[in-house]
Amino acid sequence: MSTAAQRLSYREACRQAIRAAIQADERVFLMGEDVGRYGGCYAVSKGLLDEFGPERIVDTPLSEAAFVGAGIGAAIGGLRPIVEIMTCNFSLLALDQILNNAATIPHMSGGQFSVPLVIRMATGAGRQLAAQHSHSLEGWYAHIPGLRVLAPATVTDARYMLQAALADPNPVLVFEHIMLYALEGELDPGVSAVDIEHAAIRRPGRDLSLITYGGSLPKALSAAELLAAEGIDAEVVDLRVLRPLDDATIMESVRRTRRAVVIDEGWRSGSLAAEVCTRIVEQAFYELDAPLARVCTEEAPIPYAKHLEDAALPQPEKIVAAARALVGGRG
Amino acid sequence: MPSLGADMEAGRLVEWRVKPGDRVQAGDIIAVVETQKGAIDVEIFQSGVVESFLVEPGREVPVGTPLARILGEGEAATAVPAAPAPTPAATVPPPARSRVSPVARRRAVELGVDLAALSGSGEEGAITLADVERAAAPAASQDRAGAMRRAIAAAMSRAKREIPHYYLSATFSVEPALAWLEAENARRPLPERILPAVLLLKATALALRAAPELNGTYAGDGFRHSDDIHLGVAVFLRSGGLVAPALRNADRSDLSALMHELRDLVARARSGGLRASELSAPTMTVTSLGEQGVEVVLPVIIPPQVAIVGFGSIVERPWVEAGAVVARRVVTASLAADHRASDGHCGALFLQAIGRLLQEPEKL
Amino acid sequence: MNENEIRTRVLAELTAVAPDVVAAEVEPGTRFRDQFDFDSMDFLNFAIGLHQAFAIEIPEADYPQLQTLDGAVAYVKRQRVVP
Repeated sequence: MSTAAQRLSYREACRQAIRAAIQADERVFLMGEDVGRYGGCYAVSKGLLDEFGPERIVDTPLSEAAFVGAGIGAAIGGLRPIVEIMTCNFSLLALDQILNNAATIPHMSGGQFSVPLVIRMATGAGRQLAAQHSHSLEGWYAHIPGLRVLAPATVTDARYMLQAALADPNPVLVFEHIMLYALEGELDPGVSAVDIEHAAIRRPGRDLSLITYGGSLPKALSAAELLAAEGIDAEVVDLRVLRPLDDATIMESVRRTRRAVVIDEGWRSGSLAAEVCTRIVEQAFYELDAPLARVCTEEAPIPYAKHLEDAALPQPEKIVAAARALVGGRG
Repeated sequence: MPSLGADMEAGRLVEWRVKPGDRVQAGDIIAVVETQKGAIDVEIFQSGVVESFLVEPGREVPVGTPLARILGEGEAATAVPAAPAPTPAATVPPPARSRVSPVARRRAVELGVDLAALSGSGEEGAITLADVERAAAPAASQDRAGAMRRAIAAAMSRAKREIPHYYLSATFSVEPALAWLEAENARRPLPERILPAVLLLKATALALRAAPELNGTYAGDGFRHSDDIHLGVAVFLRSGGLVAPALRNADRSDLSALMHELRDLVARARSGGLRASELSAPTMTVTSLGEQGVEVVLPVIIPPQVAIVGFGSIVERPWVEAGAVVARRVVTASLAADHRASDGHCGALFLQAIGRLLQEPEKL
Repeated sequence: MNENEIRTRVLAELTAVAPDVVAAEVEPGTRFRDQFDFDSMDFLNFAIGLHQAFAIEIPEADYPQLQTLDGAVAYVKRQRVVP
């Protein structure tokens, strides 16, 4: 095996993760709409049907409730299903299965049944798919006890989070942001596994913490570069795991920088960003040197028109403006 | 912006202590101003109603800049506030309660920093951690001490450059004064006892009544006599430097009142709570280095005043009285005076008067 | 009130008068004036502090006994037992 850093797309990293999981464990299979012949609506599973056959790469009817329910049954029955829901927008059709069955069965059976199910779904806006196909619902799922919710934002996490998710005896939801699939990054040859417990500091900084996850991570990193040009040293925290939140890493960062902007593509009201901010106030109030700030999606259905869609979503310029306001009095 | 010292050119408004619509009485504290000598309370000299602020907290403006508009009784509000300096771009009104970030508040307690004395650099004037740490940093206090040093340097350089000083000194027995004071203090409960320095101050103030050429200020148009006698008292500060606030109408206060005022003035000078008028009011100053074992002080006049008296230590010396050498406690008073405003003859009479007054302490 | 409590209280009065004085660093046998720029106003305030804290009378003639920490503690101790 080569030890040189491998450069690949996020999509390719997801595909490698599925391939490796299927190769490593005969209980693992991929199931979902158009995952086989079509290769997945975001082309993640392209070629896998030819490689592994219809037993392991299973095209399903257009019924999210049915195939997610089947996945739950398969997991309880001892298999390790990876269920792909095309996008989180359609996951609402399977919400009953996810919330009322997957998340509750281990609890209601007194631990007699475990549900080692992994559900992958695309999330987010930015491709002019309009209001019905641009939701960011990971914050909703992060509300639910019994689920673990992951948001891989780097090729390394896209490559290795899946194996950790499959090893979890309880249901795990993996949200892949649609704008990340085409992004390329280096796969660290020294890494062969990642945890699904901790947030990660993607860029250390002294002056404030930009706390984000998923599709907003590249925007926060761009914002940090813009801020650096103004002499503001921003730290970027990638939450990675949206449930349970890694409070320790968040507080450690805020204790160091004393200021935080939380960036979340969900709508502001009742958002994951609101949860993060509340925890900071609960646990680190006396460390704060400025009010907290949020950069979230505008509270409107996501527009179709490109300029309006851009305006509705968190963007590096909005993050920079929020950061600048907090750091105005520094130094 | 009041002038809080002869060499003050500008001051920074730290905060307003009143708000538009408030009724104010002459003598009320209405604002806090940061100067080289620290944060100073600013009094209002007229009664009325605060109509509007012309300067926002945080701004540094030249001495003489109107800070606020006060409506006297029966005066109507004006439509156009004539602010000479450009108004700041931000139109956000100052927050009623000062904003302090949580960590700044916590750190201020740890470091013993007085938040009321700080001005915030954060959003809308919020006090941030950096503001607190800057205030507590040794470097910062060096800055403050440095600023005071520079202020003293400017005033003293000006004095020596512009003022033709002449110096006189005289030594007199304070035995009768101290004997009287000891008996007096023996009758007084401890908190009401009087320090010997108060006798010297009172004698000086009374002597000034007969030496009008020493009491006042010298400006471009010549000497201006002051009818009131506001005696400046040089107070050294533990953090370095000194200030010389005024005992107002010192010639008209009895010893108990003067002692009370002196205690209060020294305490506030050292804690940074002096009023603006106290620093600019003195019409003559007294300095005493006797406590440090000095016998003769040759002081430098604080412009724009025209005279300063220095007292040395009270020491026991052989003294001739009625042809016999006896042990007496004596003190040497020195006068430095501005030759533009007075002559040595006047100064000599003045020193003599102090000595004579000290022989009859019961009349002080 | 034992000697330690008296000493703690005397030190508190001392640092109230001179906030720059660090209680732990006061040399018990050295005159205040020689340790930290203590002037007659400071001394008077200190004496008033002791007077109020311990409810004792301090004639002016006794002032010299209060010029060190040890002296002040011993003085307070004596004055408190004599009614």
